[in-house]
Amino acid sequence: MPGNQAPDAGWFGYANLTSKQYNPGLGIDFWVLSLQIMGIASIASGVNFTVTALNMRAPGMSLMRMPLFVWMALIVQILMLLAFPVITVGLVFLLFDRFFDTNFYVAAAGGTPVLWQHLFWIFGHPEVYILILPSFGIVSEILPTFSRKPLFGAPFVIFSGILIGFLGFGVWSHHMFTTGLGPIADTAFSLGTMLIAIPTGVKIFNWIGTLWGGHIVMRTPLYFAVGMVALFIVGGLSGIMHASAPIDLQQHDSYFVVAHLHYVFFGGTVFGLLAGVCYWWPKVTGRMLGEGLGKLSFWVMFLGMNLTFFPMHFLGLDGMARRIYTYPAGVGWEQWNLMATVGAFVLSLGVLLLYVNLVRSLRSGEAAAADPWDGATLEWSMSSPPPEYNFAVIPTVNSARPLWLHKYGPTRDISRHTKEDGTPPQPDHPTERIELPSPSHWPLVAAVGLTLGGGGTMVGLLPVLVGVAVLVVAVYWWAFQPLERPGNPVFEPGGRAE
Amino acid sequence: MNEIAEHQSGAHASRSTYWLVALILAIITMLEVAVFYIPFLRTAIAPILLVLSATKFALVAMFFMHLRYDRPILTAILSTGLVVAAAIILALMLLFGALRLMAPA
Amino acid sequence: MSTHATTFGVPHRKMAMWVFIGSECMFFGSLIATYLSYKGKSVTGPTPAEILNIPLTSVSTFVLLMSSLAMVLALDAVQRDQKGQAKLWIGGVIALGGLFLAGQVYEFSHFYHEGLTLQENLFGSTFFVLTGFHGAHVTVGVIWMATLLVMAFRGRLGPERGLDVEVAGLYWHFVDVVWIVIFTVVYLIQ
Repeated sequence: MPGNQAPDAGWFGYANLTSKQYNPGLGIDFWVLSLQIMGIASIASGVNFTVTALNMRAPGMSLMRMPLFVWMALIVQILMLLAFPVITVGLVFLLFDRFFDTNFYVAAAGGTPVLWQHLFWIFGHPEVYILILPSFGIVSEILPTFSRKPLFGAPFVIFSGILIGFLGFGVWSHHMFTTGLGPIADTAFSLGTMLIAIPTGVKIFNWIGTLWGGHIVMRTPLYFAVGMVALFIVGGLSGIMHASAPIDLQQHDSYFVVAHLHYVFFGGTVFGLLAGVCYWWPKVTGRMLGEGLGKLSFWVMFLGMNLTFFPMHFLGLDGMARRIYTYPAGVGWEQWNLMATVGAFVLSLGVLLLYVNLVRSLRSGEAAAADPWDGATLEWSMSSPPPEYNFAVIPTVNSARPLWLHKYGPTRDISRHTKEDGTPPQPDHPTERIELPSPSHWPLVAAVGLTLGGGGTMVGLLPVLVGVAVLVVAVYWWAFQPLERPGNPVFEPGGRAE
Repeated sequence: MNEIAEHQSGAHASRSTYWLVALILAIITMLEVAVFYIPFLRTAIAPILLVLSATKFALVAMFFMHLRYDRPILTAILSTGLVVAAAIILALMLLFGALRLMAPA
Repeated sequence: MSTHATTFGVPHRKMAMWVFIGSECMFFGSLIATYLSYKGKSVTGPTPAEILNIPLTSVSTFVLLMSSLAMVLALDAVQRDQKGQAKLWIGGVIALGGLFLAGQVYEFSHFYHEGLTLQENLFGSTFFVLTGFHGAHVTVGVIWMATLLVMAFRGRLGPERGLDVEVAGLYWHFVDVVWIVIFTVVYLIQ
């Protein structure tokens, strides 16, 4: 951004800190317009993934046989489809207030800045679940694989995921207790928030039940997955604490909330995603990660994470506010802050070790077999990395753990059985001709047009018109482009032909 | 399986049904405007009008958008959006103290 | 390219349009929620009761309802390969949609002359943004229908294109039902 015009109203951009009066530069406009374009992208991909998961399942893949990761991803898409339009509307109001002098967040005209908070958090709270549910799905895939037994109570994990998603739309005002919504609203939103602890607790018991009595295989993905469960429990417990409005009034905007957020977001989401990275890395790249370095990076990150964020609980309860860059000496916050700073460096070292591991694996990692973890789901039946067309033959699914069924026969306790058939069932080459649709340039051109049109509003009318024209032309070319055209990638039985 | 062939197998209503639904929609619209102008109905204007407009909504969705003849999954998808949207509208109106179904007599 | 089987027996693009419509419920829901939450909170006039023109809007509501009838008849004609009828009814959708938009343009400019602008009061801000976004959706629909009409005149709208027309129709009907709600909560319940 030119000059000092970076968006500077915080990640939630509370009105009227974002109004033209208090924030005259281009920073907020940039922030609003880029969020709008991201919203369009999120809704488009939400439509895409929802239809894919619902309507393009392989034969025999009933919803209850669908992998947990796909289930949680489906719930996330539905949340995106329902939550993003709300922030879109909130941002439209902000845009109109800034560009056209409307009155949506202007108290003098009868409006209220609190409307922004409502619209923001009706989006923002489901967004929290948009961030955590993929990790729930990943962990629900990894724990069974490395415990050598099926996910304990899988239907409960699925239905509690759905329940978390829907309850997520009824609790947004717990971010707003300090705005003074009145006792009835406070009570309702407190109760709703506490209710969410039930389905979340169900999931945690299911994960622990999966590990219980399993023949645990101690590999890096399991470390991160168990770390995720442990850290998320800490964040979940502090979450229940400020579900209570009177307690929240004390904790609001303090470091206690910062600690809570990082335990659920870093400990929960990021550790879950890292578990997924370690788990599917061999499938994606065809290379194994270093096991020793992987475990080391986990321990260093786990230590650094707790050293950084646990002291913030004490700081917050001791009155230290968020978003301050300094504080008076002698209030007794020095020790905890020093500990957090040291922790941040340790945490960075852990992340660095992880990157070293990834790069080393890409350069000189051991080649990955098709099924390095002895997995239960179908991606492990393909070679690593999978061919462009994924499955050479669309499989018929007859179990929630089709690959274990293939390898061990019909048993729930695979650790007591020896493999009946060690080879993954997918053939290496197509058995019939596979033609993939050619990639198209037009979606990219449309995206460029949209970005140009959106960004252009900060400059003048001409770039807007050019951007819209590019967008319209690209959309028409894209829509009328035939799927079957010369140059499509073709795969013949026995090897690639073209 | 071919998308188009399958699509054609789905039964739709006949043209006379469409004309009949359009006629009913027009009549309900006239009723709505009448309710607006009839003084003694004005105390309960909101509930009456909400029922009438929900009926119109349902008629268009069931017949013109073919939900009555199509797979239940499509009705489920629409209902999900509608239920959450209605809940949010109600909740915001309550929070802003704007919910008053009956006009003061 | 072999077409993938569908799990629910619904073409992917049709399901995609329904999923999008589900999402749009939240978009218009948020706009309507804001309009209703802010109702009666303007500190200056004009108020809805002073300015809204019920007879005019009743007519344009009727026009939009009839455009939905034209839309289903157009789909029916395309599926039965009745090319003349298809052009007639698609043209009808465009004409009625255009008439609705003309009514909205007249309404907006009339309100501006009466002193209700985007900036004048809270009612102006919420009213114009809500009905304006609906009008923008109608405009997109009219452009979409015009594209289908051009395809029809080029002889490229046979029964094999039935799904294209049906998906466009779902969008059109949805925009119509949104207006059914707006007509009730904005115009009639004052």
